[in-house]
Amino acid sequence: MSGHAEPETGPILASDGTPLKKRLARSLRMQKLRALALIAPLLIFVLVTFIAPIADMLFRSVENEIVSNTLPDTVAAVSDWDPKAQELPSEPVYQALYFDLFLAAEAKEHTKLGTRLNYEQVGISSLFRTSGRKLDDIGKVYEKWLIGLNPAWKSGEFWNELMRGAASAAPDTDLLAEQRARLTALTDDPMQQDIGFVPGSEIARILPLTAREYTANALFIAIDKNRDISKRGPWEAVYTALAVDLGDPEVQRAISGYQGPGSDELRAAAAAIDTAPPRDFTAAMIKVDKDWAKPENIQAIKIYSGKYTAGYYLNAIDMQKTLDGVSERPENQQIYMMLFGRTLFMSLLITFSCILLGYPVAWILANLPLRTSNLLMILVLLPFWTSLLVRTSAWKVMLQQQGVINDTLVWLGLLDDASRLIMINNQFGTIVAMTHILLPFMILPLYSVMQTIPPSYLRAAKSLGATNWTAFWRVYFPQSIPGIGAGSILVFILAIGYYITPEIVGGTTGTFISNRIAFHISSSLNWGLGAALGTILLAAVLALYWTYDKIVGIDNVKLGG
Amino acid sequence: MKFAKLMVATAAFGMAAGAAHAADMATDMTLVSWGGAYQSSQQRAYVEPYIANNSGVKVVWDESSAEAVAKLRAMNEAGNVTWDLVDVVASDAIRLCDEGLAMEIDPDSDLAAAPDGKPASEDFGDLLVSDCFIPQIVYSTTFGYRTDMVGDTPPTDVCAVFDLKKYPGKRALEKRPINNMEWALLCDGVAKDKVYDVLATPAGQEQALKKLDTIKDQVIWWSAGADTPQLLADGEIVMGSTYNGRLFSVIEEQKQPVAMLWDAQVFDLDGWIIPAGLPADRLARVKDFVKFATDTQRLADQAKYISYGPARASSAPLVGKHADLGIEMAPHMPTDPNNAKNTFLYNYEFWADYRDDIDAKFQAWLAK
Repeated sequence: MSGHAEPETGPILASDGTPLKKRLARSLRMQKLRALALIAPLLIFVLVTFIAPIADMLFRSVENEIVSNTLPDTVAAVSDWDPKAQELPSEPVYQALYFDLFLAAEAKEHTKLGTRLNYEQVGISSLFRTSGRKLDDIGKVYEKWLIGLNPAWKSGEFWNELMRGAASAAPDTDLLAEQRARLTALTDDPMQQDIGFVPGSEIARILPLTAREYTANALFIAIDKNRDISKRGPWEAVYTALAVDLGDPEVQRAISGYQGPGSDELRAAAAAIDTAPPRDFTAAMIKVDKDWAKPENIQAIKIYSGKYTAGYYLNAIDMQKTLDGVSERPENQQIYMMLFGRTLFMSLLITFSCILLGYPVAWILANLPLRTSNLLMILVLLPFWTSLLVRTSAWKVMLQQQGVINDTLVWLGLLDDASRLIMINNQFGTIVAMTHILLPFMILPLYSVMQTIPPSYLRAAKSLGATNWTAFWRVYFPQSIPGIGAGSILVFILAIGYYITPEIVGGTTGTFISNRIAFHISSSLNWGLGAALGTILLAAVLALYWTYDKIVGIDNVKLGG
Repeated sequence: MKFAKLMVATAAFGMAAGAAHAADMATDMTLVSWGGAYQSSQQRAYVEPYIANNSGVKVVWDESSAEAVAKLRAMNEAGNVTWDLVDVVASDAIRLCDEGLAMEIDPDSDLAAAPDGKPASEDFGDLLVSDCFIPQIVYSTTFGYRTDMVGDTPPTDVCAVFDLKKYPGKRALEKRPINNMEWALLCDGVAKDKVYDVLATPAGQEQALKKLDTIKDQVIWWSAGADTPQLLADGEIVMGSTYNGRLFSVIEEQKQPVAMLWDAQVFDLDGWIIPAGLPADRLARVKDFVKFATDTQRLADQAKYISYGPARASSAPLVGKHADLGIEMAPHMPTDPNNAKNTFLYNYEFWADYRDDIDAKFQAWLAK
């Protein structure tokens, strides 16, 4: 503890007694934080506008929760079914389907699933829509039967007491939570409000299906419609559920000893179960829409029941999921691989034509006196500042069969009026228009690199006996390669994702993969497939960039002096 | 305590609402439409008279109807729907309704009755193709041809499109299977009432594509409604399909040598949907507007500015002259008996089911 012997070997202290090292670390940390705070706006901007959408796109291309969220029990029931047996699934599948679909239709979620599954199986969209409209009819017969037995079954009050059980009965909060979760998954709504109803645990044990459907009904009515369940009779699915429960000998036995509210009415209904309409959900669903008798439709639910799917990616490479695994799509539906290939090929072609046209222009710009070159630079930049649509439409006027070029050729007598050239609405038109539009992206990096190449090198080469060509090829050209690299990357990456120009002048043979992506995003609404196509395009670009780095080296790319 | 306060507040609010009805309506409205002549016909027929009656209301137009379904879905996911009323074609309305993005309406209480007291549901009749859809106009997709390029025998039959011998030259068709597949089957000998049955089978789809194959290299495929009128005016094509209103303006306003074919025109509907989940004040305003904008007189007035047929039966007799050209509009309506001798009604149910499947085949065929 002797303070005088230590100072030389101990840590150096700052004036306030803390070790200097610590102080230094703190002040460095402060600096870093300050730097971080300075770039924070940019960082947040990039995260929000760039990284997050890409992550979202990646997620969308595999996400498939809608099937299991909308039809949870059907998905579970259908897992035992062997579609290859070419038989319809068993009764429990149709029963689960009825109850799932009923709730989904009440929440108006069934048509969303119909749209989703229609991407895989033609006709499901309208199957779900008509089923949603007619599903009430199935339950109506049981409702009529029960009310015919005893008008008490019409009363919301009576039902409410029945499902609460006796005042002394323990509440079944598990069932309530389970149904909350079911509705949350279905509607995406947290469904957390208190609804003033908890099913009794004894009645829930005796009438499992009824209690379940009634609880779902109570939750949905209270939270979504803001109404009290006890004011009106429950919806048809609850009557149906009761009819199903009462047909079970196990349930009938349990009812006979039950003493809670409504037990007499229950016993009377159980005794009259033979007079109830048959509980045949297979027949009932097929009566709602005959397409439920097609195994393909249930198959689609089975194949796409997972929470995540590779289906969109398979579609994006012209494959499909079938019962026997993955197979190629029929030939008359294959399109994407061809479009990817075409997009790559044409982008390369456009990049090369940009190099061919841009190189001489950049050379002239770099070697003229500043005043003239500035003037010429404006000519390069002027189209760059003109609207993309205007430039593309101008090409239409130039290239079409009654357009400027054809008219001139015919007027000069070089072309017969009957055999005008077809230069637009094909690949040629796309290449010409896109080369023109992307040319400045090639010229500008080339120009800035060429400006830094001293003219004395060429003169030196020539004075040492090189011909013009040798001097250019051996001395000048190698030094301009970084500009070509930068320009090519810019042009190629812009071209590969181009959309509007191919759409306007591409016709059928000049369209790109991005036109299909746009179609799926804005028109067919198949965002999953659009996302999968986009992801593949992104991966292709990254792969090409990597290859480019390996071959040319990214250090060899210069955007400026 | 809190609850009681809420009750008092609600009661007070209710009374206030009764006293000053207009006070709890928003004053700003964002309407979404297609731009161009169509939007300006809506502006002149609905919006200007509405603002004249309700001073202080501001209307902003958004020309996004072409991407309305995708944008509305994105807005809904982001939880911020900025649109109040969206003009869409019927098939999009059905999809928006399916997706839960459009609000269901009750035609009899949300829409005005006809002048003779007939409820709106009967006045619109079959045109209420979806629970969310408020029809405005009937339009048709039909062919126009250059009168100076067809010789002495102008076409009267839609199958002229497939007759390269008699009518050589390029034709413009829309770059999607809808309508084209139907016309192809009709001209391949399929009876009109059997077209969709045939088209539902893979063999029928093949048949339609095979028929289209016969003219494939003479077709320019359009994707914007303005393409065909432009191509006709330039003389690039001898005939092409587009919306009848576009052809009307080429013929009557620009006086180009173009005539309508009308044969086998495909009727389609366009109308409003109200986005789901609007706040109460905006909803009140938009309901008030839409009730006004789709009443009998307003729909008839719109026909003064554009040649689309009003969707109400009671509006048809009120259709008058074009506001600027001064010509009778009735003969230019797709629903006019002379024009509607042979028509085709777009089958919404069919295309909702088959559009993805047939589109994949159609695009693969196009790209070949």
